[in-house]
Amino acid sequence: MQKVPVSLWTLLAGMIISPISIWIGQNHHLLPVQASQQAPLVDGFFNIMFTIAIALFLVVEGTILIFLFIYRRRPGDNSDGTPIKGNLALEIFWTVVPTVIVVVLGIYSVNIYNQMGGLEPGSHPHSHVAHVSGTAIAASMSDGSQSLVTPNIGIGGSPQTQGKPADLVVDVKGIQFAWLFNYPQTSISAGELHVPVGADVQLNLSADDVIHSFWVPQFRLKQDAIPGVPTELRFVATKPGTYPVVCAELCGGYHSSMRSQVIVHTQEDFDSWLTENQLAQQQRKPQVVAVNPADLSTSEFLTPYINDMGVSAATLSQIEK
Amino acid sequence: MTQLEVPLNTPHISDHKAWKLKDYFTFNIDHKVIGIQYLVTAFAFYLIGGLMAIAIRTELATPEADFIDPNLYNAFMTNHGTIMIFLWIVPSAIGGFGNYLVPLMLGARDMAFPKLNAIAFWLNPPAGLLLLLSFIFGGSQSGWTAYPPLSLVTAPIAQTMWILAIVLVGTSSILGSLNFVITILMMKVPSMKWDQVPLFCWAILATSILALLSTPVLAVGLILLLFDINFGTSFFKPDAGGNVVIYQHLFWFYSHPAVYLMILPIFGIMSEVIPTHARKPIFGYKAIAYSSVAICVVGLFVWVHHMFTSGTPGWMRMFFTISTLIVGVPTGVKIFGWVATLWGGKIRFTSAMLFAIGLLSMFVIGGLSGVTMGTAPFDVHVHDTYYVVAHFHYVLFGGSVFGIYAGIYHWFPKMTGRMMNETWGRVHFVLTLIGTNLTFLPMHELGLQGMPRRVAMYDPQFISLNQLCTIGAFILGISVIPFTYNAINSWINGEFAGDNPWESLTLEWTTSSPPILENWEVLPVVTHGPYDYGQIHDESSSVTEAVS
Repeated sequence: MQKVPVSLWTLLAGMIISPISIWIGQNHHLLPVQASQQAPLVDGFFNIMFTIAIALFLVVEGTILIFLFIYRRRPGDNSDGTPIKGNLALEIFWTVVPTVIVVVLGIYSVNIYNQMGGLEPGSHPHSHVAHVSGTAIAASMSDGSQSLVTPNIGIGGSPQTQGKPADLVVDVKGIQFAWLFNYPQTSISAGELHVPVGADVQLNLSADDVIHSFWVPQFRLKQDAIPGVPTELRFVATKPGTYPVVCAELCGGYHSSMRSQVIVHTQEDFDSWLTENQLAQQQRKPQVVAVNPADLSTSEFLTPYINDMGVSAATLSQIEK
Repeated sequence: MTQLEVPLNTPHISDHKAWKLKDYFTFNIDHKVIGIQYLVTAFAFYLIGGLMAIAIRTELATPEADFIDPNLYNAFMTNHGTIMIFLWIVPSAIGGFGNYLVPLMLGARDMAFPKLNAIAFWLNPPAGLLLLLSFIFGGSQSGWTAYPPLSLVTAPIAQTMWILAIVLVGTSSILGSLNFVITILMMKVPSMKWDQVPLFCWAILATSILALLSTPVLAVGLILLLFDINFGTSFFKPDAGGNVVIYQHLFWFYSHPAVYLMILPIFGIMSEVIPTHARKPIFGYKAIAYSSVAICVVGLFVWVHHMFTSGTPGWMRMFFTISTLIVGVPTGVKIFGWVATLWGGKIRFTSAMLFAIGLLSMFVIGGLSGVTMGTAPFDVHVHDTYYVVAHFHYVLFGGSVFGIYAGIYHWFPKMTGRMMNETWGRVHFVLTLIGTNLTFLPMHELGLQGMPRRVAMYDPQFISLNQLCTIGAFILGISVIPFTYNAINSWINGEFAGDNPWESLTLEWTTSSPPILENWEVLPVVTHGPYDYGQIHDESSSVTEAVS
């Protein structure tokens, strides 16, 4: 007798919970704008996990609330509950179902990660010779080559672009507390990242002082820039606009001020930005700085980069303080 | 067992010597004294760590760094995490409840090595003192993870003190764990069969094995770091041939299992509190016991999920995605088991039960967000953001801290002989529940939208959610007041509890409250399982029959 209503209730609950979770999973608006080719992949994957999570949340929390109400102790009742010690079928059910869910999620996440380019970083023939010797770091602002080894850690080309050189290579260097962007193909250096929409862009990430982490929330991509370990991040920006570049790894007192921007241009805008900056920077001789950052104060270390970054002396003294 | 007022059991209560307040400040080898020493010391550090959290949230009420200096902010952030993990949750859950309850639940007279036990405790206060004194030198500022090279170049004296403090508590944890493993394996009363061992003891056994396997690895990493800072070595100096990623592997090989060190004993507390107050046998004793072991084993192979955006190759990120997802299964089994325990019960809404239910409902949120973050493709977006902060506070605050509160409300009568006030308990519960969700729920959205963690300043677009979090944090701060008042006042003036106020079936309730020296005059004989509610009615006196 009892069995029938319980299964009916379960069916009813399933009929209510499924559409609610699917609707919430698809319409939650919790994530920012999608601006890279990887972003829809990540979001689609998140939406699936979120749908499952909402369903499980409603089932478990709903069950808890219903049980708390139905099985509350009535005043004056000091007896014990029904001595049920377990139910093997039920226990197998709630072990197997989550196992299947997580295994399927695991396989699916490998697939998604592969499409994002996560499985084949470093599969590009492009490699730059660097001017690094010993502990002194020869960071040239205009030839821009930093990577001694081709990065094979990070997010690489998607299955379509693997093995092909990227359209645009940018060497990205994290320092306390700024990002430096060098364009080795055109000898431009900048404090902001400029990329054309639709182009296959490869960032070679590096750091000398401490670990930084390059994150563009709208791209859904993040990769640490690690001293001694070259890493890369390859993406196609899909939506023109200006998005924040955030340092996501604690890198010191002013970690939270280590922010920059990525400006996604149309191809024409990008070309004109390129031309303008090439002209401007051709005037200047390459500034080669040979420094050991450990011996320098923050301001001494930053001085050579000030012009390129558009940082004012006032800002610098602020950092120093 | 529920009948301790029967004359058989009463005569010895009068002749035991009660511990005086000053005994708690001495090198005492009674496991009950040590348990209370751990709990009270840990609670004091909880208050200190909590004040740091309040300072952090006050700073974050506005986007600018206008309340404290950003370096001090980082020091508070670092020490908040360190204190809450190493000096509050681990010592109270394992050291406090473990020491107090394991011998009592097993029918033992003390831990296997009482002096070692006392030494393990007394390593904690100097560790805490070192952390506090490190603020003279600026405080350690590189996060509780202390990643080099940042930890090599920032506030080196404070960082060294921090390392020494962690090595001290790590040593304490190893000594304590060794003691627990041997006590549980060797010292249960002979009449107790293995399937009658309370689940809390299973949880402590799993926790201790995990601590023994992983803590030495952390010690290695930290000692190498200490040498790099002070003695000119270059294990983690990339410009001199060192490798910073190796440190992260050493650190997380311990520190991921550390989250299980902080939650497995709490799961044990849940498995005691829920059956007692729901008046139901635990649903699936074996599944819950074995799932602790499963978490312990699988938990050793998931650490790289903290490094999905670090120097790790793609295949490694995939392997650890899958292992991380799998570790969710045994945790789910426990949660379902507790929910099913409620089914058909006669639930008594005591303060202990309220906190246990609160834990159940919030751990679900932390568990689900944990599954999403455990996958590399999504973690690449949310790693090192407030989404992570939200997740681990749901697990560690909504989970561990709620569990510790549930444990205190549940065992306070046993430890002190007096009842805690239930009305204040409810006030405390409501404030804590509201405060927790208000503080930590909005953090998910902050992280998804683009706010990194460990920042003193943030983009002004995040201001309203941050202010909600700050209000929540203040409510959490206030919620400690009714609890502290209630605990102190009840300890002095509370109603006398009697031996077994909750009519619980585990062995610790068969002795007096507080238990006498060496726990029982005559050891109890176990005649039924620890959760046989609804099966035992008037036969419980058999448990307390004398055996010489």
